Formats: sequence, C-alpha cells, structure tokens
Amino acid sequence: MDDIQGILQAMMRVAVDPTTAAVAIAVIGLNIHFGYTGLLNIGQSAFMLLGAYGFAISITQGWPLLIAILVGLLIAFVFALVLGVPTLKLRGDYLAIVTISAAEIVRYVGRSVGYERLFNLTGGAQGIPGSDYRDPFTNLSFFGNGNTTLLPFNYLDVTESPILRIAGWAIVVGLIWTAVRIGRGKMGMDGIARSVVLSVLGLVTVLLVFFLTPVNQRNTGVNGWWFTVVAWLIVAIGLLLVLGLTRSPWGRALKGVREDEDAMRSLGKNVFAIKMQALVIGGLFGAIGGMMYVLPGSVQPDALGRNITFFCYTALLLGGAATIWGPVLGSLIFFVGRIGIIAIANTYLSSDKYLNIMNGQQTAQFAFIVVGVSLMLLVIFRPQGILGDKRELRFNV
Amino acid sequence: MSETTPTTKSRIGALADPAVRRDLMSKVAPEPGSGKPDAILKVDNITRQFGGITAVDVEHLEVQRGIITALIGPNGAGKTTFFNLITGFDRPTSAGQGAHWSFDGATLDKTSASRVARSGMVRTFQLTKALSRMTVMDNMMLGAQGQAGENLAKCLFRPFWTAQEKDVEQKALGLLERFKLLEKRTDYAGSLSGGQRKLLEMARALMSDPKMIMLDEPMAGVNPALTQSLLGHIQSLRDEGTTVLFVEHDMHVVRHISDWVVVMAEGRLVAEGPADTVMSNQAVIDAYLGAHHDTDLGDDALLSDETLEQLEKEVAEEDAHREEERHADGAAHGEEERA
Repeated sequence: MDDIQGILQAMMRVAVDPTTAAVAIAVIGLNIHFGYTGLLNIGQSAFMLLGAYGFAISITQGWPLLIAILVGLLIAFVFALVLGVPTLKLRGDYLAIVTISAAEIVRYVGRSVGYERLFNLTGGAQGIPGSDYRDPFTNLSFFGNGNTTLLPFNYLDVTESPILRIAGWAIVVGLIWTAVRIGRGKMGMDGIARSVVLSVLGLVTVLLVFFLTPVNQRNTGVNGWWFTVVAWLIVAIGLLLVLGLTRSPWGRALKGVREDEDAMRSLGKNVFAIKMQALVIGGLFGAIGGMMYVLPGSVQPDALGRNITFFCYTALLLGGAATIWGPVLGSLIFFVGRIGIIAIANTYLSSDKYLNIMNGQQTAQFAFIVVGVSLMLLVIFRPQGILGDKRELRFNV
Repeated sequence: MSETTPTTKSRIGALADPAVRRDLMSKVAPEPGSGKPDAILKVDNITRQFGGITAVDVEHLEVQRGIITALIGPNGAGKTTFFNLITGFDRPTSAGQGAHWSFDGATLDKTSASRVARSGMVRTFQLTKALSRMTVMDNMMLGAQGQAGENLAKCLFRPFWTAQEKDVEQKALGLLERFKLLEKRTDYAGSLSGGQRKLLEMARALMSDPKMIMLDEPMAGVNPALTQSLLGHIQSLRDEGTTVLFVEHDMHVVRHISDWVVVMAEGRLVAEGPADTVMSNQAVIDAYLGAHHDTDLGDDALLSDETLEQLEKEVAEEDAHREEERHADGAAHGEEERA
C-alpha cells in the first residue's frame, strides 16, 4: 500500500504543479485556434517562448512586473499579426507550415550566441535562470512563510489502514461515474440544476482526492502554493473567458469559419478579421501560459520547443477539441498519467523489491511508449476526445 | 429592406401580379445585353480567362429589379464562374481594364465577397455549403447581418447583444417554419439530407433580408416534391420584392417561374428574352443542341466533298457574322457611353 500511496502522491504533485496549469493555459489558447476556428497552429510553443522571453527580459532590465507581463503579451500579439497577415488569406495548411517554421526560428534565435547584445539578453541555450526574474512575482505573495498541507484534515488523521483509502478511491470512482452519467443527460437533469449538481460533485471529488493524497508544499517558495494557486486561478479565468467568448455570436462566427470560409463570406462575414482575432487571442493565452511555465523554472528555448506544441495538441485532442473543459482535463490527464506511468515503472519495474528490468532513463521512455499507445487507442475508439460530442464526427469535413 | 421608400414598395408589390411583370418586360428588347427599365445589377466588360480558355466574356448585362431572372446555358457555359465574379469570389481578368459592375447603384469593382453580401446581394452555392458541425439554428443565426455580438469588443458583454439575439432567433424560427425545417433546428446541419441542405442554405441567405438573391442551381439533386416547394419559395420571395437571379438546367423549372431568361454559351451572352420565346431562339438551340443538330450524320450522302465544303462555308459565315455582330455591338455601346 505504501508503494501505491507513493505513486498517487507523485501523480498528485504533478496535478497541482504550476507548469501543468501553464500548459493548460496554452492549450486553452490552442483550443481557440484549432478547436473553434480550425486554425492549424503548430507553433504554440513560439507564443509561449516569446511571452516568456518578453516577461523575463523585461524584469531583468529592471521593469516592473505589470509592464513585463504587458511586454510579453505585446510581443505575442505582434507575432500573431506577423504570422497571420500573409497566411490567413490562404488555405489552412499554409498557417501550419508558417507557424511550425516560425516557432523553430524563434527557438533558434533564442539559443543563438552569435549576436552579443541578443545573447546578453537571452543567455543563449543556457537561457535565463529563474532567480533573475522570479522575485517580483514571489514577493507579491501574501501566503507568508512555512508549509501548508492540503487538506489539513486528511486520511492520516483518521486511520492509516488501507481500507479507508480503498473505500475512498471507490467513492471517487463512483462520483466520477455519476458525474459522467449526469453530464451525458442520462439522469434526467437539465440546465442550471445539472450545472449545480456537476459543480458540487466536482468539488466533492477534488476534496476527497486531496483527503486521500494530501499535498504538502511551501507557502511561497518556488513551486509553492502561491505559484500553484495563481496558475490555476489564471486557468479558471481563462475558462470563464472562453466560455463567454464561445457562447456569444462571435464564438458562433468562429465555428462558422472552421466549417466553411466561403459560406461565411457569402453571408457577409469578414473571415480574415475573425481568423486574425482568434489567432491573436489564442496566442495571448499561449504567452500567458509561457510566462507561467517559466516562473518556477528558467527560460530555456529548448524547453519550449516542438515538444511542448505536440504535448499541447495531445492534451487538446485527449480532452476534446472545441469543448470548454477539454484543454484542462486533457492537460491534467496527460501530465498526471505520464508521471503515473513513470512512477509505476520506477516502483515495480526498476526496483529490487519487485522486478528490475529497467533503469531510471528507460522508465521515462517507457512512459512515452504507453502514452503513445493509449493515444492510438483513444484516436481509434474515442476520436472526439473525452469530452467531445460524438455526433460531430459523423460528418467528416 | 426597411429603407425603401413607400413608392418603390408599392411598385414592388405590384410586381407580384404576372400581368404587370409581363407588361414591364414586354418593353425590353429580347436581345443579349438589352437595357432594363430599372436594373438592380449592371455588368460591363467582365472577362475571366483560365490560361488560354476564356470562361466568361460578358460585355453588358442588366438584371431587372423585382423579377425572377434565370441564367441558363449548357455545361461549361461559364454561369457559375460569372456568379463567382460578380459576387466577389473571383476576380475578372479584365479587372482594371474596363471591367465594371454595380449593384443597386453601388460600384462593386473592388469589393470583397463579404462586402458584396453585406450590400444586399447574397448567393448560394451549387454544392451546398452547410456548416456541418453546427446546429441548423446556428447556421441560420449566422445569416443575420450587423450583429453587435459578432464584434469582439462587445461579445463578452451580454447586454449589448441579447435583445438583438432574440430578434434574430425569432426571425430564424420564422424562416425555418416556412422552409419546413423547424423540427430539425437542434440537429447538426451535416445530418440533413441534400435537399434539406438546399433549403437551409436558401433560408440562411434570407436571414440577411437580401435585395437580391443569387441561387446557383437550387434544384440540382432535389426530388420533384421538394422542387415544387422550392419553386413556391422562390416565387414568394419575388412577390415580396426580392430580386432573384438563378442558374438552372431544368428547362421546365425555368419556363415555370422565370420572368426573364438570359442564355450563356461559351462564356458569352447569346440570347435574352421571356421564357416562352427565348427557347425557340436560334442561338439558344444552337448552343444547346449544336447548329447542325437536325442533320443526320449517318447519311452517307452528307459525306460527299460538296456537302462538307458547304458545311464549312456555313460555319465560316456564321463565325464572320458573329464577329461582325460583336464589333457592331461594341461600337453601339461606345456611342451610348459617349452620348
């Protein structure tokens, strides 16, 4: 049981990690691009990297935090315009080509050492260490010093016997199952009642999970609760924004552009403007995600390369494109699931206690293999993602 | 449109009467490019070349306001290309070299497709463009013009657009009811049948209260019963004052509802006139059936050298005649413009 508890603790730490939230923010942006507007942006990492550079360099130059955030957003905004103006009037594939190349260009410029003034700002491949720009953000914290455990009242306060925890996880599974049933409208609930019940169920589930796997972190330091809370707060704000945007006539126009641009033109809509707006908004989300991503770590161009873009797409497709909660759920499942597999492999396949057939490096690779296989299974058996609407797939575009 | 003055409104209402329409169009000369008493669309010198092929070469065309005009012609006559050109989906090769077209008094030479639609000329497509992964209702709601909620700055603040949204919704429901799609409103548009998509596309185009609606083969692939109801819809549109221009292959349909027929062949206008007379026009018969459709090619007597020479001579004469006509037409137009 201790092994299992260890694995669960590792998964839980990733679930509350600010970088998971940061990727979720970038995926929310990508969802506006790809899910709602149909823009094939394969360079979301560039938006993240530019946001991160703008933010970090501004602070190392001694500018205040707010200005630094605005600089990061402004750079991403300009980048979106530069990418959009030549490509958005063309067919969708061109945007894909241009964004992936632009993302690589940004990364290579970031890690270049040839031009000294640029190198002094970006630090080349080494990047900018987090200690250079983190302090203004950390200093904002009003959480004080010391450590906090969530939940303060947890299973250790009741009994250490595994039966409690097994029962607890059974209840969690039951709650999720009930939520899915209600979500699919099989329990005969509608409208506000359904939303209220779902939120209550969600809250109870989260509390129960924290009860079963309490997380202990510092209040303010790197990766402390301050980072976690702010990051997930931004995710929540992002979700509310996307909810508002996509439930409006503007969001309807986005979907119209995704379905057929010529039809939208024949209805008098300015397709170029709509696509540009979507590209900019999604890009700004990417920039915020990038800033959040580098806050606990450092700005390294290679850390925000193609990999992150592909992780973003994986998370988006996993959760379900063109859904509100899909990006968050997808990011959580992707990162938590990967860590879970690594932890399982480390515990059972790489220790003398059980089997010892892998070393530490191999378990990480093994995790990617399992992730890849599960993705294939997902695409085969549930191509619309976890939250997607299956009806949408019946008519392929 | 709401801005139309009472006088035009009463006149438009009058056009619901077939006798008035017949009377109105009887004063128009039944020849290609003839002037109309009250043209809503005027087109001059539009050519479109794809490499060496001239797909469209229209010197002058006027479309009368308030009636149904049919645009017919054999396959490859350039009808759809012509539609694309005047609705801004394609640019004429002659752009900047005398190509000029105007709709309801406003020049459209350099206008994008979306602006053309906003100016009141809405089109449908030969291959229907239903927005598949959106509900029928959402499809309809997108058709409305000038929605405040489609402005990014306002869309997050519901008070700006909820009232308008309700109006648009009511209108959409009314149109869906009329086009018998009401019970489908929550279905995805992609799940509709081909004919229902045609209906949806037409209904969606009507959401913007167009002054003129351009239908590209509205009856293609539609079953006879549905054709009847579509025809009814088109006629009632006309009776309410919308100008209709449509491309069609089915001659029965054309004969049945159109007040004026324009015939295209090989990119050019070859004839114009009321439906009943234009069908017997020699140029139209030539275009559809070939100039020598009555000749029995199985007759060996025709294969003698004399007959072949005779035929060649005829063809040459015809070509020369056509050239002459074009020049004469061009000169006449030039004079008109100078005058």
